[in-house]
Amino acid sequence: MEAVVGRLGIWALVLLVAIAAIAGAQDSGFAVHMGIIAAVALILMIVTARNYDPVGKAQSIFKMPTGPSRYDDDVIRWGVIATVFWGMAGFLAGLFIALQMAFPELNFEPYLSFGRVRPLHTSAVVFAFGGNALIATSFYVVQRTCRTQLAFPTLARFVFWGYQLFIVLAATGYLLGITQSKEYAEPEWYVDLWLTIVWLAYLAVFVGTIVRRHEPHIYVANWFFLAFIITVAMLHVVNNLAVPVSMLGSRSYSAFAGVQDALTQWWYGHNAVGFFLTAGFLAMMYYFVPKQAERPIYSYRLSIIHFWSLIFLYIWAGPHHLHYTALPDWAQTLGMVFSIVLWMPSWGGMINGLMTLNGAWDKVRTDPIIRMMVMALAFYGMSTFEGPMLSIKAVNSLSHYTDWTIGHVHSGALGWNGMITFACVYYLVPRLWNRERLYSMRMINWHFWLATLGIVFYAASMWVAGITQGLMWREYGSDGFLVNSFVDTVAALHPMYLMRAFGGLLYLSGAIIMTYNVWMTIAGRLREEAPMGETRHDEAADRPIVAEPAE
Amino acid sequence: MTEKKEPFASHKTIERNVTILAAATLVTVAIGGIVEIAPLFWIDNTIEEVEGMRPYTPLEQAGRDIYIREGCYTCHSQMIRPFRDEVERYGHYSLAAESMYDHPFQWGSKRTGPDLARVGDRYSDEWHVQHLKDPQSVVPQSIMPSYSFLAETPLKVADPSANLAALSTVGVPYSDTDIEMAETDLFAQADPDLDTGDLEERYPKAQVRDFDGDPDRVTEMDALVAYLQMLGTLVDVDSAAAQQELAEETGR
Repeated sequence: MEAVVGRLGIWALVLLVAIAAIAGAQDSGFAVHMGIIAAVALILMIVTARNYDPVGKAQSIFKMPTGPSRYDDDVIRWGVIATVFWGMAGFLAGLFIALQMAFPELNFEPYLSFGRVRPLHTSAVVFAFGGNALIATSFYVVQRTCRTQLAFPTLARFVFWGYQLFIVLAATGYLLGITQSKEYAEPEWYVDLWLTIVWLAYLAVFVGTIVRRHEPHIYVANWFFLAFIITVAMLHVVNNLAVPVSMLGSRSYSAFAGVQDALTQWWYGHNAVGFFLTAGFLAMMYYFVPKQAERPIYSYRLSIIHFWSLIFLYIWAGPHHLHYTALPDWAQTLGMVFSIVLWMPSWGGMINGLMTLNGAWDKVRTDPIIRMMVMALAFYGMSTFEGPMLSIKAVNSLSHYTDWTIGHVHSGALGWNGMITFACVYYLVPRLWNRERLYSMRMINWHFWLATLGIVFYAASMWVAGITQGLMWREYGSDGFLVNSFVDTVAALHPMYLMRAFGGLLYLSGAIIMTYNVWMTIAGRLREEAPMGETRHDEAADRPIVAEPAE
Repeated sequence: MTEKKEPFASHKTIERNVTILAAATLVTVAIGGIVEIAPLFWIDNTIEEVEGMRPYTPLEQAGRDIYIREGCYTCHSQMIRPFRDEVERYGHYSLAAESMYDHPFQWGSKRTGPDLARVGDRYSDEWHVQHLKDPQSVVPQSIMPSYSFLAETPLKVADPSANLAALSTVGVPYSDTDIEMAETDLFAQADPDLDTGDLEERYPKAQVRDFDGDPDRVTEMDALVAYLQMLGTLVDVDSAAAQQELAEETGR
């Protein structure tokens, strides 16, 4: 009882502080954000008061009471649902801004113009969709590979809900115009501070679980998860160093300026790709691919080389985002060289994943989840070849500032991160909700083909768009003058933007099918369908060919 | 079984101890950033000043804050690369010193629209206002969103002095007078009825006029256009002195 009163008191205090902050807010955006925090505190007060029945209702929603002899999977179930939900939100935002580039009338000022929705899209897919997938899978994997329950279960729940609050604050902030304009690090100072707290709690839960493991060795997937959590903490803290204008306002000014700020940002930005979207997702690969293929990982030794070389080299690659800018040449060249070297560990990881299927390649035909994983690794290999190529200064002089970069990012994000996440969701849902199997395996097949086709449309149209625009910008006529005005190069891209939006629509359609499939699985339904990969016996064809007399 | 000497035996120690694993990971990922970023804080090429650079006026800074708020950087770069076509299209390539007071930098990563590093003084105020209100009315094939609400929104900066004070904390050399006068300077630069005092001495090359075509009030459009009109106008990059300085710098 006292604990309940104590907690009520804390939430009431948070509520009061938030209301005071609304009253004194310097700008309306900050007031809205404090309003969100006040609402959360109010909900928590009500939940605390109503849930006096201690262990309570939250568990009953998922009908899965856990005993001490079971893994602590509540947070993982929420994480999987959040992954699917934010994925849909992020893909939808992506389709919307893709259409805005084809049809500018779709910009609705001030809240829904491209400049405000674009960070919403990138954050929603990277941090909300990808981040929830990482939190859910890391908690799942670390328990299974350490043969122990999560350390600090309360903190683990805080990590999940705290992270959702971060997402809501970030997303609403962009639409309200609260941004510090650093790509993939747009949230302002107070949201950054909140994420730092959540992230340290995440580190504590993860490391705490490893510490209490019952296995002598730490499994390779956990090395990657650990590197991802530690490095993202380092990058986040340094890149977001800033001085707020007022403790009651959203605006802050970056601690660094100009060239220093630019390199710090791209040191962060490239390694948000390197550690959030690569190391973390490789950890997923190292657990779920062997599990689904029912084969051990191809090479332990390759995992060691892959791990250390990948995390060492990735950090250096940032300057390739700043080729031919005012950044000193030596830094650009260093960034280029390391980016090219990075090709090797990247492919080492891909080979380790693909070769795990040795002896189980038939599953590509029979198991749509394995097929998705293989496609994810293929796209990983493709985009980690394209990346080093684009980092070569001569290539970059053409590709930089164009849609080629956008296409490259999406072949990685849609192909690698998206596909491997979908595969993990399909792996996890029946196990987490104790279902015999997914609602439908054939729907995974549909999802696979829609997504693959979507990526092909997306990547191909952006290659053409990027190279077209890059060449048009630098085109000289025989008279020695530039041939194209800038807007000519914009107009030339219209058909490509339409094709890109179509690709995005296909990808979104696949995700809608997944959402339905996951929903029905959780609801406990099974679709009646012929099993995948089965070659039926055809009585009519089972006979020798006999010459038929002509009529 | 091949139970001979295990060449990776030492890795067993690392992968059985989470403290060593975490510490080794942190050291491994810290090296690259330190080697690449730290020198930028002391080598010539990245910290030298060039003649003409000055901090933004309060109005320009307010315009810059709007530029950031609207996410203009998602489609416009402010970094001209040293290529013939870019220099002919946009002007002299950008120098590191030209963004030395940019907290945060706005170099951008994508040119859905043209580079803006030297857009100042290239178009009239009327063109900018019309273009921001309805881009397609000026450039029919443009895919830029319209920003007509800026002209309807009075410029509101909660505390201009606090903005300048925060910038001064991170290293922008605003004088005490600049910080004290921020509120007055903010409106005086765009409102012809107000006295500018010594604004133009403290901020050389500051453009003082009504920018949005509505002299009765100071709007967000005033601030944004004031910012756009000063971009790239401070440094005379082609002057002999600037060229001399470029030739002598080290650390490139």
